Amino acid sequence: MAYQGFGRYKEAFTARSSDDYIRSVAQDGGTVTSLICYALESGFIDGAVLTRKSEEEWVPEQYVATTREEALESAKSVYALSPSLYWLKEATREKALTRIGYVGLPCQVEAIRKMQLYPFGARDIVDSLALVIGIFCYENFYPASLKAIVEGLGEEPLSDVVRMRCSSGRFITEGEKGVSVPLRQASRYIQDGDRICPDLVSEWADISVGSVGSEPGWNTVFLRTKTGLDLFRRAVAAGKLEVKEIGEQGLRELEKLALDKKSRARKNIEKRRALGLYVTRDIYY
Amino acid sequence: MGRPKLAYVHLAACSGCEISFLDNFERLLDIMEMVDVEYMTLIMDAREAPKVDIVFVDGAACLQSREAVETLKKARENSSYLVAWGGCSTTATINNFCRGGQLPQPQHEAFPPISRLVKVDAFVPGSPPAPQMAYNVIKAFVEGDLDYLKYLSSYEVGGYACGCDLWKDIVENSLCIGCGACAMACPTRAITMEMGRPNVIFDRCVKCGACYAQCPRSFLPTAAIEGMMKRLMEE
Repeated sequence: MAYQGFGRYKEAFTARSSDDYIRSVAQDGGTVTSLICYALESGFIDGAVLTRKSEEEWVPEQYVATTREEALESAKSVYALSPSLYWLKEATREKALTRIGYVGLPCQVEAIRKMQLYPFGARDIVDSLALVIGIFCYENFYPASLKAIVEGLGEEPLSDVVRMRCSSGRFITEGEKGVSVPLRQASRYIQDGDRICPDLVSEWADISVGSVGSEPGWNTVFLRTKTGLDLFRRAVAAGKLEVKEIGEQGLRELEKLALDKKSRARKNIEKRRALGLYVTRDIYY
Repeated sequence: MGRPKLAYVHLAACSGCEISFLDNFERLLDIMEMVDVEYMTLIMDAREAPKVDIVFVDGAACLQSREAVETLKKARENSSYLVAWGGCSTTATINNFCRGGQLPQPQHEAFPPISRLVKVDAFVPGSPPAPQMAYNVIKAFVEGDLDYLKYLSSYEVGGYACGCDLWKDIVENSLCIGCGACAMACPTRAITMEMGRPNVIFDRCVKCGACYAQCPRSFLPTAAIEGMMKRLMEE
Protein backbone atom coordinates (compact mmCIF):
# COMPACT_ATOMS: atom_id res chain seq x y z
CA MET A 1 0.00 0.00 0.00
CA ALA A 2 1.61 3.24 -1.04
CA TYR A 3 0.66 6.39 0.81
CA GLN A 4 1.61 9.96 0.11
CA GLY A 5 2.62 12.70 2.50
CA PHE A 6 4.20 10.48 5.18
CA GLY A 7 7.84 10.82 4.10
CA ARG A 8 10.19 7.84 4.24
CA TYR A 9 9.56 5.22 6.90
CA LYS A 10 10.41 1.59 7.51
CA GLU A 11 7.34 0.50 9.44
CA ALA A 12 4.06 1.93 10.77
CA PHE A 13 2.10 0.68 13.76
CA THR A 14 -0.68 1.44 16.18
CA ALA A 15 0.80 1.41 19.67
CA ARG A 16 0.18 2.36 23.27
CA SER A 17 1.95 2.19 26.60
CA SER A 18 1.51 -1.00 28.62
CA ASP A 19 1.71 1.11 31.78
CA ASP A 20 -1.76 1.97 33.14
CA TYR A 21 -0.49 5.03 34.97
CA ILE A 22 1.22 6.48 31.90
CA ARG A 23 -1.90 5.89 29.83
CA SER A 24 -4.02 7.71 32.43
CA VAL A 25 -1.90 10.88 32.33
CA ALA A 26 -0.97 10.82 28.64
CA GLN A 27 -2.48 12.63 25.69
CA ASP A 28 -3.48 9.47 23.80
CA GLY A 29 -1.67 6.17 24.22
CA GLY A 30 1.39 7.40 26.11
CA THR A 31 3.74 5.99 23.48
CA VAL A 32 6.17 8.93 23.54
CA THR A 33 6.28 9.03 27.33
CA SER A 34 6.94 5.28 27.48
CA LEU A 35 9.65 5.46 24.82
CA ILE A 36 11.44 8.28 26.63
CA CYS A 37 11.14 6.47 29.99
CA TYR A 38 12.45 3.26 28.46
CA ALA A 39 15.28 5.07 26.68
CA LEU A 40 16.31 6.67 29.98
CA GLU A 41 16.03 3.47 32.01
CA SER A 42 17.93 1.38 29.50
CA GLY A 43 20.72 3.93 29.16
CA PHE A 44 19.97 4.52 25.49
CA ILE A 45 19.86 8.24 26.40
CA ASP A 46 21.16 10.00 29.49
CA GLY A 47 18.65 12.83 29.34
CA ALA A 48 15.86 14.30 27.27
CA VAL A 49 14.82 17.81 26.29
CA LEU A 50 11.07 17.94 26.86
CA THR A 51 8.12 20.26 27.36
CA ARG A 52 5.72 20.28 30.30
CA LYS A 53 2.96 22.48 31.64
CA SER A 54 4.36 25.35 33.67
CA GLU A 55 2.93 27.01 36.77
CA GLU A 56 1.04 29.30 34.45
CA GLU A 57 -2.09 27.75 32.99
CA TRP A 58 -1.41 25.94 29.74
CA VAL A 59 1.83 27.80 29.15
CA PRO A 60 4.55 25.36 28.12
CA GLU A 61 7.84 25.11 29.96
CA GLN A 62 10.98 23.50 28.59
CA TYR A 63 13.30 21.39 30.69
CA VAL A 64 15.87 18.60 30.68
CA ALA A 65 14.69 15.31 32.19
CA THR A 66 17.21 12.76 33.44
CA THR A 67 14.92 10.48 35.46
CA ARG A 68 11.69 8.61 34.84
CA GLU A 69 9.83 10.87 37.29
CA GLU A 70 10.97 13.99 35.43
CA ALA A 71 10.07 12.47 32.08
CA LEU A 72 6.54 11.69 33.28
CA GLU A 73 5.96 15.42 33.86
CA SER A 74 5.97 15.89 30.09
CA ALA A 75 3.00 13.57 29.49
CA LYS A 76 0.11 15.23 27.65
CA SER A 77 0.27 17.82 24.89
CA VAL A 78 0.34 21.53 25.53
CA TYR A 79 -0.96 23.11 22.34
CA ALA A 80 1.33 26.12 22.45
CA LEU A 81 4.77 27.27 21.32
CA SER A 82 7.64 25.68 23.15
CA PRO A 83 11.11 26.89 22.04
CA SER A 84 12.78 23.81 23.49
CA LEU A 85 15.70 23.67 21.06
CA TYR A 86 17.46 26.16 23.31
CA TRP A 87 17.52 23.53 26.05
CA LEU A 88 19.82 21.35 23.95
CA LYS A 89 22.45 23.88 24.89
CA GLU A 90 21.57 23.49 28.58
CA ALA A 91 21.68 19.71 28.24
CA THR A 92 25.17 19.69 26.72
CA ARG A 93 26.81 22.72 28.33
CA GLU A 94 25.29 22.75 31.81
CA LYS A 95 24.44 19.10 32.40
CA ALA A 96 27.23 17.59 30.29
CA LEU A 97 24.89 15.02 28.76
CA THR A 98 26.31 13.03 25.87
CA ARG A 99 23.29 11.04 24.68
CA ILE A 100 20.30 13.29 24.44
CA GLY A 101 16.74 12.52 23.45
CA TYR A 102 14.56 15.25 21.98
CA VAL A 103 10.81 15.45 21.54
CA GLY A 104 9.44 18.21 19.34
CA LEU A 105 7.19 19.29 16.52
CA PRO A 106 7.89 18.80 12.79
CA CYS A 107 9.39 22.30 12.48
CA GLN A 108 11.70 21.59 15.39
CA VAL A 109 12.75 18.29 13.86
CA GLU A 110 13.55 20.28 10.69
CA ALA A 111 15.69 22.63 12.77
CA ILE A 112 17.49 19.68 14.38
CA ARG A 113 18.30 18.07 11.04
CA LYS A 114 19.46 21.38 9.62
CA MET A 115 21.62 21.82 12.72
CA GLN A 116 23.16 18.38 12.26
CA LEU A 117 24.21 19.34 8.74
CA TYR A 118 25.02 23.00 9.44
CA PRO A 119 26.06 23.35 13.09
CA PHE A 120 26.84 27.08 12.86
CA GLY A 121 26.29 27.61 16.55
CA ALA A 122 25.70 24.08 17.78
CA ARG A 123 29.08 22.89 18.94
CA ASP A 124 28.97 19.58 20.90
CA ILE A 125 25.24 19.25 20.31
CA VAL A 126 25.43 17.41 17.00
CA ASP A 127 27.45 14.50 18.36
CA SER A 128 25.35 14.30 21.51
CA LEU A 129 21.95 13.84 19.91
CA ALA A 130 20.92 10.22 20.23
CA LEU A 131 17.18 10.22 19.57
CA VAL A 132 14.71 12.52 17.86
CA ILE A 133 11.01 11.87 18.39
CA GLY A 134 8.67 14.02 16.33
CA ILE A 135 5.01 14.44 17.08
CA PHE A 136 2.28 15.12 14.53
CA CYS A 137 1.24 18.74 14.22
CA TYR A 138 -1.21 20.53 11.99
CA GLU A 139 -0.89 23.93 13.63
CA ASN A 140 0.21 25.53 16.87
CA PHE A 141 -1.06 28.31 19.11
CA TYR A 142 0.24 31.14 21.25
CA PRO A 143 -0.60 30.58 24.93
CA ALA A 144 -2.93 33.59 24.62
CA SER A 145 -4.66 31.86 21.70
CA LEU A 146 -5.66 29.02 24.00
CA LYS A 147 -7.21 31.60 26.31
CA ALA A 148 -9.04 33.21 23.40
CA ILE A 149 -10.40 29.87 22.22
CA VAL A 150 -11.29 28.23 25.53
CA GLU A 151 -12.46 31.30 27.45
CA GLY A 152 -13.55 33.48 24.54
CA LEU A 153 -15.23 31.01 22.23
CA GLY A 154 -15.87 28.17 24.67
CA GLU A 155 -16.79 30.27 27.70
CA GLU A 156 -14.95 28.07 30.15
CA PRO A 157 -12.07 29.11 32.43
CA LEU A 158 -8.72 27.68 31.25
CA SER A 159 -8.11 26.48 34.80
CA ASP A 160 -10.91 23.89 34.44
CA VAL A 161 -9.25 22.21 31.48
CA VAL A 162 -7.35 18.95 32.03
CA ARG A 163 -6.73 17.95 28.43
CA MET A 164 -6.93 19.49 24.97
CA ARG A 165 -7.07 17.87 21.58
CA CYS A 166 -7.72 18.66 17.95
CA SER A 167 -9.68 15.89 16.30
CA SER A 168 -12.32 15.43 13.60
CA GLY A 169 -12.25 19.09 12.74
CA ARG A 170 -12.88 20.34 16.27
CA PHE A 171 -10.81 21.84 19.08
CA ILE A 172 -11.95 19.90 22.13
CA THR A 173 -11.13 20.20 25.81
CA GLU A 174 -11.79 17.75 28.62
CA GLY A 175 -12.48 19.07 32.08
CA GLU A 176 -15.18 20.66 34.19
CA LYS A 177 -17.51 21.46 31.32
CA GLY A 178 -15.64 20.63 28.16
CA VAL A 179 -15.38 22.93 25.20
CA SER A 180 -15.85 21.98 21.59
CA VAL A 181 -15.06 24.61 18.99
CA PRO A 182 -14.91 24.05 15.21
CA LEU A 183 -11.26 24.11 14.14
CA ARG A 184 -12.22 26.51 11.41
CA GLN A 185 -12.93 29.03 14.19
CA ALA A 186 -10.00 28.05 16.39
CA SER A 187 -7.57 28.18 13.47
CA ARG A 188 -7.91 31.93 13.29
CA TYR A 189 -5.66 32.00 16.34
CA ILE A 190 -2.75 29.88 15.08
CA GLN A 191 0.64 31.42 14.47
CA ASP A 192 0.93 32.42 10.84
CA GLY A 193 4.25 30.64 10.29
CA ASP A 194 2.42 27.28 10.44
CA ARG A 195 0.51 28.08 7.27
CA ILE A 196 3.58 27.48 5.10
CA CYS A 197 4.73 24.30 6.87
CA PRO A 198 4.40 21.20 4.66
CA ASP A 199 5.05 18.59 7.36
CA LEU A 200 2.26 16.97 9.38
CA VAL A 201 3.97 13.79 10.55
CA SER A 202 7.55 14.86 11.39
CA GLU A 203 8.94 13.31 8.23
CA TRP A 204 12.56 13.66 9.39
CA ALA A 205 12.33 12.25 12.92
CA ASP A 206 13.72 8.90 14.07
CA ILE A 207 10.26 8.02 15.32
CA SER A 208 7.05 9.96 14.62
CA VAL A 209 4.05 9.66 16.92
CA GLY A 210 0.54 11.08 16.77
CA SER A 211 -3.08 10.24 17.30
CA VAL A 212 -4.71 10.58 13.88
CA GLY A 213 -5.03 7.21 12.20
CA SER A 214 -5.50 5.18 15.36
CA GLU A 215 -8.49 4.61 17.61
CA PRO A 216 -8.86 6.68 20.81
CA GLY A 217 -6.30 5.73 23.45
CA TRP A 218 -3.79 4.55 20.85
CA ASN A 219 -1.00 6.20 18.85
CA THR A 220 -0.02 6.08 15.21
CA VAL A 221 3.72 5.43 14.99
CA PHE A 222 6.14 5.74 12.06
CA LEU A 223 9.56 4.14 12.51
CA ARG A 224 11.88 5.93 10.13
CA THR A 225 15.58 5.53 10.92
CA LYS A 226 17.50 2.50 12.06
CA THR A 227 17.96 4.12 15.47
CA GLY A 228 14.21 4.60 15.82
CA LEU A 229 13.38 1.10 14.69
CA ASP A 230 15.91 -0.51 17.05
CA LEU A 231 14.76 1.45 20.09
CA PHE A 232 11.09 0.76 19.38
CA ARG A 233 11.70 -2.97 18.97
CA ARG A 234 13.62 -3.10 22.22
CA ALA A 235 10.84 -1.22 24.03
CA VAL A 236 8.27 -3.70 22.71
CA ALA A 237 10.48 -6.68 23.64
CA ALA A 238 10.84 -5.24 27.15
CA GLY A 239 7.05 -5.16 27.47
CA LYS A 240 6.81 -1.37 27.60
CA LEU A 241 4.54 -1.00 24.59
CA GLU A 242 1.57 -2.82 23.10
CA VAL A 243 1.55 -2.90 19.31
CA LYS A 244 -1.11 -3.66 16.71
CA GLU A 245 -1.23 -3.64 12.94
CA ILE A 246 -2.38 -0.27 11.70
CA GLY A 247 -5.55 -0.28 9.64
CA GLU A 248 -5.73 1.11 6.13
CA GLN A 249 -8.73 3.28 6.94
CA GLY A 250 -6.81 5.16 9.62
CA LEU A 251 -3.81 5.68 7.38
CA ARG A 252 -6.04 6.97 4.58
CA GLU A 253 -7.53 9.50 6.99
CA LEU A 254 -4.04 10.57 8.04
CA GLU A 255 -2.93 10.73 4.40
CA LYS A 256 -5.75 13.11 3.61
CA LEU A 257 -4.73 15.38 6.48
CA ALA A 258 -1.04 15.24 5.50
CA LEU A 259 -1.84 16.16 1.90
CA ASP A 260 -4.19 18.91 3.12
CA LYS A 261 -1.34 20.43 5.07
CA LYS A 262 0.95 20.24 2.06
CA SER A 263 -1.57 21.89 -0.23
CA ARG A 264 -2.28 24.59 2.37
CA ALA A 265 1.47 25.24 2.53
CA ARG A 266 1.81 25.43 -1.23
CA LYS A 267 -1.12 27.82 -1.51
CA ASN A 268 0.17 30.09 1.23
CA ILE A 269 3.73 30.10 -0.09
CA GLU A 270 2.42 31.27 -3.47
CA LYS A 271 0.21 33.85 -1.82
CA ARG A 272 3.12 35.29 0.13
CA ARG A 273 5.40 35.36 -2.88
CA ALA A 274 2.71 37.25 -4.76
CA LEU A 275 2.76 39.82 -1.96
CA GLY A 276 6.51 40.15 -2.42
CA LEU A 277 7.33 38.60 0.95
CA TYR A 278 10.40 36.45 1.55
CA VAL A 279 9.56 32.77 2.02
CA THR A 280 12.04 30.27 3.41
CA ARG A 281 14.33 28.96 0.71
CA ASP A 282 13.45 25.36 -0.27
CA ILE A 283 10.89 24.94 2.50
CA TYR A 284 8.54 22.82 0.43
CA TYR A 285 9.00 19.06 0.43
CA MET B 1 45.46 13.93 -9.64
CA GLY B 2 46.62 14.75 -6.13
CA ARG B 3 44.53 15.98 -3.27
CA PRO B 4 43.12 19.53 -3.40
CA LYS B 5 45.30 22.04 -1.55
CA LEU B 6 44.04 24.10 1.40
CA ALA B 7 45.34 27.31 2.92
CA TYR B 8 44.17 28.99 6.12
CA VAL B 9 44.67 32.76 6.21
CA HIS B 10 44.31 34.59 9.49
CA LEU B 11 43.44 38.30 9.66
CA ALA B 12 41.97 40.41 12.49
CA ALA B 13 40.28 37.94 14.82
CA CYS B 14 40.77 36.29 18.18
CA SER B 15 41.87 32.87 16.89
CA GLY B 16 38.74 31.23 18.29
CA CYS B 17 37.71 30.14 14.81
CA GLU B 18 41.15 28.72 14.18
CA ILE B 19 40.96 26.77 17.45
CA SER B 20 37.49 25.59 16.48
CA PHE B 21 38.95 24.35 13.16
CA LEU B 22 41.59 22.39 15.08
CA ASP B 23 39.00 21.16 17.60
CA ASN B 24 37.95 18.61 15.01
CA PHE B 25 40.54 16.46 16.83
CA GLU B 26 40.54 13.01 15.21
CA ARG B 27 38.41 14.36 12.38
CA LEU B 28 41.50 16.40 11.39
CA LEU B 29 42.99 13.15 10.17
CA ASP B 30 39.99 12.76 7.88
CA ILE B 31 40.41 16.37 6.74
CA MET B 32 44.07 15.64 5.94
CA GLU B 33 42.93 12.63 3.92
CA MET B 34 40.70 14.93 1.86
CA VAL B 35 43.01 17.95 1.37
CA ASP B 36 46.69 18.82 1.68
CA VAL B 37 47.03 21.62 4.21
CA GLU B 38 49.66 23.87 2.60
CA TYR B 39 49.50 26.94 4.80
CA MET B 40 48.18 27.53 8.33
CA THR B 41 50.45 29.60 10.54
CA LEU B 42 49.18 28.11 13.79
CA ILE B 43 50.36 24.60 12.95
CA MET B 44 53.00 24.92 10.21
CA ASP B 45 56.14 26.82 9.34
CA ALA B 46 55.10 27.89 5.84
CA ARG B 47 55.69 31.64 5.45
CA GLU B 48 54.05 32.26 2.10
CA ALA B 49 50.48 31.33 1.17
CA PRO B 50 50.84 29.37 -2.07
CA LYS B 51 48.30 28.87 -4.84
CA VAL B 52 45.61 26.54 -3.50
CA ASP B 53 42.22 25.13 -4.41
CA ILE B 54 40.39 26.21 -1.27
CA VAL B 55 41.27 28.93 1.23
CA PHE B 56 39.71 29.56 4.63
CA VAL B 57 39.87 33.25 5.56
CA ASP B 58 39.47 33.88 9.26
CA GLY B 59 39.06 37.45 10.47
CA ALA B 60 38.48 40.89 8.97
CA ALA B 61 40.95 42.92 6.92
CA CYS B 62 41.75 46.30 8.47
CA LEU B 63 41.38 49.01 5.82
CA GLN B 64 44.18 51.01 7.44
CA SER B 65 46.61 48.13 7.11
CA ARG B 66 47.96 47.73 3.59
CA GLU B 67 49.37 44.35 4.57
CA ALA B 68 45.97 43.02 5.71
CA VAL B 69 44.18 44.17 2.57
CA GLU B 70 46.93 42.77 0.34
CA THR B 71 46.92 39.45 2.19
CA LEU B 72 43.19 39.18 1.60
CA LYS B 73 43.46 40.15 -2.07
CA LYS B 74 46.27 37.65 -2.54
CA ALA B 75 44.27 34.90 -0.81
CA ARG B 76 41.51 35.54 -3.33
CA GLU B 77 43.84 35.59 -6.33
CA ASN B 78 45.64 32.45 -5.24
CA SER B 79 42.60 30.27 -4.65
CA SER B 80 39.70 28.94 -6.66
CA TYR B 81 37.28 28.70 -3.70
CA LEU B 82 37.28 31.21 -0.84
CA VAL B 83 35.51 30.40 2.43
CA ALA B 84 34.80 33.19 4.89
CA TRP B 85 35.35 31.06 7.96
CA GLY B 86 33.69 32.39 11.10
CA GLY B 87 31.98 35.59 12.10
CA CYS B 88 34.86 38.06 11.77
CA SER B 89 35.35 37.43 8.05
CA THR B 90 31.69 36.69 7.31
CA THR B 91 29.98 39.58 9.10
CA ALA B 92 32.91 41.35 10.86
CA THR B 93 31.23 40.65 14.26
CA ILE B 94 32.63 42.89 17.00
CA ASN B 95 35.01 44.44 14.48
CA ASN B 96 31.87 46.36 13.49
CA PHE B 97 32.18 48.24 16.77
CA CYS B 98 35.77 49.30 16.19
CA ARG B 99 36.33 53.05 16.12
CA GLY B 100 40.14 53.17 16.25
CA GLY B 101 41.95 55.16 18.92
CA GLN B 102 43.57 52.18 20.60
CA LEU B 103 47.26 51.55 21.11
CA PRO B 104 49.46 50.26 19.60
CA GLN B 105 47.75 51.21 16.31
CA PRO B 106 45.18 53.98 17.04
CA GLN B 107 44.72 54.61 13.30
CA HIS B 108 43.27 51.12 12.75
CA GLU B 109 39.58 51.87 12.71
CA ALA B 110 37.72 50.04 9.94
CA PHE B 111 37.31 46.26 9.67
CA PRO B 112 34.46 45.53 7.24
CA PRO B 113 33.26 42.01 6.34
CA ILE B 114 35.67 40.65 3.71
CA SER B 115 32.90 40.36 1.11
CA ARG B 116 33.18 44.12 0.71
CA LEU B 117 36.71 43.68 -0.66
CA VAL B 118 36.70 40.30 -2.39
CA LYS B 119 34.22 37.82 -3.81
CA VAL B 120 33.34 35.15 -1.25
CA ASP B 121 32.27 31.68 -2.37
CA ALA B 122 31.01 30.37 0.96
CA PHE B 123 30.10 32.12 4.20
CA VAL B 124 30.28 30.26 7.49
CA PRO B 125 28.85 32.51 10.21
CA GLY B 126 29.18 31.76 13.91
CA SER B 127 31.54 32.96 16.57
CA PRO B 128 33.10 30.48 16.23
CA PRO B 129 31.28 28.03 13.98
CA ALA B 130 31.24 24.49 15.35
CA PRO B 131 34.33 22.46 14.35
CA GLN B 132 32.19 20.12 12.28
CA MET B 133 31.28 22.99 9.93
CA ALA B 134 34.91 23.08 8.72
CA TYR B 135 34.84 19.34 8.12
CA ASN B 136 31.47 19.56 6.36
CA VAL B 137 32.52 22.44 4.07
CA ILE B 138 35.79 20.78 3.09
CA LYS B 139 34.03 17.47 2.45
CA ALA B 140 31.34 19.15 0.35
CA PHE B 141 34.01 21.05 -1.61
CA VAL B 142 36.07 17.94 -2.31
CA GLU B 143 33.00 15.93 -3.32
CA GLY B 144 31.50 18.78 -5.33
CA ASP B 145 28.36 18.68 -3.20
CA LEU B 146 26.62 21.80 -4.45
CA ASP B 147 23.41 20.83 -2.63
CA TYR B 148 25.32 21.52 0.55
CA LEU B 149 27.38 24.53 -0.50
CA LYS B 150 24.71 26.52 -2.33
CA TYR B 151 23.15 27.84 0.88
CA LEU B 152 26.48 29.15 2.10
CA SER B 153 27.15 31.13 -1.07
CA SER B 154 24.18 33.42 -0.52
CA TYR B 155 25.04 36.93 0.60
CA GLU B 156 22.02 36.65 2.93
CA VAL B 157 24.09 34.41 5.17
CA GLY B 158 27.12 36.72 5.06
CA GLY B 159 27.55 40.47 5.17
CA TYR B 160 26.50 42.81 7.92
CA ALA B 161 24.46 40.76 10.38
CA CYS B 162 22.95 40.88 13.83
CA GLY B 163 20.01 39.63 15.87
CA CYS B 164 17.91 42.17 13.98
CA ASP B 165 17.94 39.81 10.99
CA LEU B 166 15.65 37.52 12.96
CA TRP B 167 13.12 40.35 13.12
CA LYS B 168 13.68 41.85 9.70
CA ASP B 169 13.65 38.59 7.74
CA ILE B 170 11.97 35.94 9.89
CA VAL B 171 9.51 37.40 12.41
CA GLU B 172 8.39 40.29 10.19
CA ASN B 173 7.70 37.87 7.35
CA SER B 174 5.58 35.60 9.59
CA LEU B 175 8.10 32.82 9.21
CA CYS B 176 9.00 32.33 12.88
CA ILE B 177 7.55 29.22 14.53
CA GLY B 178 9.18 29.69 17.93
CA CYS B 179 11.44 26.64 17.83
CA GLY B 180 14.36 28.12 19.79
CA ALA B 181 17.14 27.34 17.29
CA CYS B 182 18.38 30.95 17.23
CA ALA B 183 18.67 31.14 21.01
CA MET B 184 20.54 27.86 21.00
CA ALA B 185 22.95 29.01 18.29
CA CYS B 186 23.85 32.34 19.90
CA PRO B 187 27.42 32.13 21.24
CA THR B 188 26.93 34.97 23.73
CA ARG B 189 23.47 33.95 24.97
CA ALA B 190 22.13 37.24 23.72
CA ILE B 191 18.81 35.66 22.74
CA THR B 192 16.03 34.65 25.07
CA MET B 193 12.65 33.41 23.92
CA GLU B 194 9.75 35.62 24.96
CA MET B 195 6.20 34.61 23.96
CA GLY B 196 7.73 32.07 21.62
CA ARG B 197 9.72 34.71 19.75
CA PRO B 198 13.41 35.65 19.96
CA ASN B 199 14.30 38.59 22.13
CA VAL B 200 17.77 39.96 21.43
CA ILE B 201 19.75 41.62 24.19
CA PHE B 202 21.69 43.96 21.94
CA ASP B 203 24.38 44.74 24.46
CA ARG B 204 25.44 41.12 24.18
CA CYS B 205 24.97 40.58 20.43
CA VAL B 206 28.34 40.43 18.65
CA LYS B 207 26.75 40.42 15.17
CA CYS B 208 28.09 37.02 14.18
CA GLY B 209 25.08 35.93 12.13
CA ALA B 210 24.79 32.46 13.70
CA CYS B 211 21.17 32.93 14.81
CA TYR B 212 19.86 33.78 11.36
CA ALA B 213 21.88 31.04 9.68
CA GLN B 214 20.74 28.44 12.24
CA CYS B 215 17.07 29.37 11.91
CA PRO B 216 15.16 26.64 10.05
CA ARG B 217 13.17 29.36 8.37
CA SER B 218 16.09 31.25 6.78
CA PHE B 219 16.83 28.33 4.49
CA LEU B 220 15.91 24.67 4.71
CA PRO B 221 18.44 22.32 3.08
CA THR B 222 15.76 19.89 1.99
CA ALA B 223 17.79 17.85 -0.52
CA ALA B 224 20.72 17.47 1.87
CA ILE B 225 18.42 16.42 4.72
CA GLU B 226 16.68 13.88 2.50
CA GLY B 227 20.12 12.44 1.74
CA MET B 228 20.94 12.30 5.44
CA MET B 229 17.64 10.56 6.22
CA LYS B 230 18.41 7.94 3.58
CA ARG B 231 21.74 7.24 5.30
CA LEU B 232 20.10 7.11 8.74
CA MET B 233 17.61 4.55 7.46
CA GLU B 234 20.37 2.27 6.23
CA GLU B 235 22.98 2.63 8.98
